[in-house]
Amino acid sequence: MKAAVIVFPGSNCDRDLKVALERAGADVTMVWHKDTELPRGIDLVAVPGGFSFGDYLRCGAIAANSPICRSLVAHVERGGFALGICNGFQVLTETGLLPGALRRNENLKYICKPVGLRVEACETAYLAGYAAGQEITVPIAHHDGNYYVDDAKLAQLQGEGRIAFTYLDNPNGSVADIAGVVSRNRRVLGMMPHPERMAEPAHGGTDGKAMFDGLMSQMALA
Amino acid sequence: MKARVHVMLKNGVLDPQGEAVKHALGALGFGGVEGVRQGKVIELDLAEGTDEATVTQMCEKLLANTVIESYTIEMG
Repeated sequence: MKAAVIVFPGSNCDRDLKVALERAGADVTMVWHKDTELPRGIDLVAVPGGFSFGDYLRCGAIAANSPICRSLVAHVERGGFALGICNGFQVLTETGLLPGALRRNENLKYICKPVGLRVEACETAYLAGYAAGQEITVPIAHHDGNYYVDDAKLAQLQGEGRIAFTYLDNPNGSVADIAGVVSRNRRVLGMMPHPERMAEPAHGGTDGKAMFDGLMSQMALA
Repeated sequence: MKARVHVMLKNGVLDPQGEAVKHALGALGFGGVEGVRQGKVIELDLAEGTDEATVTQMCEKLLANTVIESYTIEMG
């Protein structure tokens, strides 16, 4: 599988994400935000965590309007896979590729700690390495992870089984404990927790590794 | 010419910063503050003749996230 990791000014999880994807077997290219085209033959575009453009205006808002993101939107419209983690999730909501928005945490604090997540019954290649209902531990590190959708959209996401992860103990005020959602075609995943930071024993756990391995196994079948 | 854009969280969207400001005002002894909503003001210096419809597009595309925010525009 060929993956591209987008790098914005202020991205800080880009290299960790590259390593996690490579260890799962992907061929990874780093792509600068000013580039206008993704490399040829990219299967997955990964948008990393960090503080793109200093979170100016709103988290992810400036990044979502950068030149490479026009290519990202076209890639998704062609049926390509896209993964946004933390700031990457914020960017994907700002592009409109995923529903909802991420607000300031309910307690106004930056929260950096491992949290328990439940893997929801959500049909997507990203969850192939997990069992529905499985509980995993993955760190969060964000100030603006308080997921919001209105009631109608929430009912739609629930009805369509598009909630990928929920928090066992909601740390930030997210609607319906939502930690991650997928697009209607299930090829775009956005999540606030950082699976790339729980991907090898030295990280203190490997619960995040299963996401990359599972995705890779599904892409190999495709 | 100038335009001033006010961006606020929509009614019904919890504003934790507004809530914190409300509590702080209460702690300072100001009674009767029943609600605080915090937003932002964006001032634009525009070329003469720029119309409000263009500023509306700016709001829709970048200045506000209409999933959670509403905006008003003051021209001139």
